[in-house]
Amino acid sequence: MIEVRDVTKIYSAKGKDIVGVKNVSLKIEKGEIFGIVGYSGAGKSSLLRCLNLLEKPTSGEILIDGVSITKLSKKELREERLKIGMIFQHFYLISAKTVYENIAFALKAAGKKKDEINHKTLELLKMVGLENQKDQYPAQLSGGQKQRVGIARALANDPKVLLCDEATSALDPNTTKAILSLLQSINKELGITIVLITHEMEVVKEICHRMAVMQDGEIIETGDVYNLFAHPEKELTKSFISSVIQMNLPEPLLKGRKGVVIKIHFKGAIAEEAVVSELFQNFKVKGNILHGKIEYIQETPLGIFIMELIGEETEVKRAMDYIKDRIENLEVVKHVA
Amino acid sequence: MLLESLYSILPDLNKAFFETLYMVAISLGVSLIVGLPLGVILFVTDRGLLFENVWIKQTAGILVNLIRSVPFIILLVALLPLTQLITGTTIGPTAASVSLSVAAIPFFARLVETSLREIDKGVIEAAVAVGATPWMIIREVLLPEAKPGIVQAITVTAISLLGYSAMAGIVGGGGIGDFAIRFGYYRYDNTIMFTTVVLLIVIVQLMQVIGDGVARAVNKR
Ligand SMILES: Nc1ncnc2c1ncn2[C@@H]1O[C@H](COP(=O)(O)OP(=O)(O)OP(=O)(O)O)[C@@H](O)[C@H]1O
Ligand SMILES: [Mg+2]
Repeated sequence: MIEVRDVTKIYSAKGKDIVGVKNVSLKIEKGEIFGIVGYSGAGKSSLLRCLNLLEKPTSGEILIDGVSITKLSKKELREERLKIGMIFQHFYLISAKTVYENIAFALKAAGKKKDEINHKTLELLKMVGLENQKDQYPAQLSGGQKQRVGIARALANDPKVLLCDEATSALDPNTTKAILSLLQSINKELGITIVLITHEMEVVKEICHRMAVMQDGEIIETGDVYNLFAHPEKELTKSFISSVIQMNLPEPLLKGRKGVVIKIHFKGAIAEEAVVSELFQNFKVKGNILHGKIEYIQETPLGIFIMELIGEETEVKRAMDYIKDRIENLEVVKHVA
Repeated sequence: MLLESLYSILPDLNKAFFETLYMVAISLGVSLIVGLPLGVILFVTDRGLLFENVWIKQTAGILVNLIRSVPFIILLVALLPLTQLITGTTIGPTAASVSLSVAAIPFFARLVETSLREIDKGVIEAAVAVGATPWMIIREVLLPEAKPGIVQAITVTAISLLGYSAMAGIVGGGGIGDFAIRFGYYRYDNTIMFTTVVLLIVIVQLMQVIGDGVARAVNKR
């Protein structure tokens, strides 16, 4: 649905060229929530802003539903933008307009009739839970409420896509959760494709289906969120993941272990834990559980289990083979003597 | 004694007062009508904005600076032919309003431009992202957002016009300034001098208080 083809964005400021986005190609499917993470200055905003041409790519092409938006006329682009909602970290509401007027503004931009504007605005207010605040000014609202107005405004013209630039970065954890679940329900119920950028891995873990990791203007790794969490390849991806999931055994615990320490990754069905107990019934080994943790990436569990196997060498080896054979989803990651 | 001399000048003072009011009102009106769009043009033709246009931006900018750098008293004299052309005379408050307007337009336009510049670029960008037309953005985003600043600009312009109108009195513009000079300065009448100064102070204070009040009322931030 959104296709980014070899897009590069170079800013020239004070005679110097600054690379914002470098040769990025990307496909975002209809109905998914796609997350882009990266540290500050990685080029996330630049890339996102290219998607509705707030920033004109220096080279490359962007297609939305097969239409190359980089080739549209000013008027056509304006019409296309009605179909691409956007929300921002700092909300950017019109401070001189009430909540109602801020939302109605978007409908006016689409040339809607007065009755229709009124009807739709009230409907949107209800959806984001701000019916009682409709006549207040943005300055009178909390951050979470302001973002809800931003969301209502972005959704006013029934867009196909919602672009979110650090939409929750200015909010406290509880409000973040509430806004994320609102975004999630918008995605599920209205089928709107969401592209969000963030430097908080927590956000990606919470609601994204697929993700990309950006560094220095480039996308260095991309894939299904669950798979990337389970098998990150690039160092940067690993460091992002470790910010939300601590999967390593604390160093001191490894010291002075006599047996073989194995690390098992659980993926998917949690019932596979049963294998561990079977292990102790079938083999003459003793288990010493050192560390265990299960994280839920949306609904699916991702866990590790680190234990020390103590017993005769051959028996330990057989036990490990037993694990390897039994379940593909369990892997022995490490042998430590 | 004091009261008596005050009483005797009252009719003249009254006339002068309304002449000043008339000059300030006309030139303020003209500078709003011309200066507001000019201020908006100065802003929207700037780099990276709705109607980015270096040529217009430069031309308007130079013109504005040119007028603003000419001392008012010189402008007053230099514009006499234009005044004659427009009003058919070079004397009286109507005639004085011409040069007052010419001086106030660029002044007010720059103040408008400054208050537009204070709007968060993100708010404008959000309106662009929504798909609004540039015209709609000017009317529904730029002007409402800059409203408190524009009200303040009107206040400042009105107060400056009051000062300039006194100067216009020198070339026969009439008004309080003219009155103060003719009766107070040339005739060494301290009572008249003092009264007119007090009157001017009161008017300025009043304008400021009203301006601040309105600016506060329209500010929703
Ligand atoms: N308008 C601009 N003019 C010049 N350089 C810019 C501009 N916008 C962004 N850049 C530069 O492009 C690079 C990428 O910036 P970008 O804002 O896309 O990063 P980001 O990943 O969104 O960072 P953050 O998390 O801080 O928002 C940075 O080096 C930045 O300085
Ligand atoms: Mg950014």
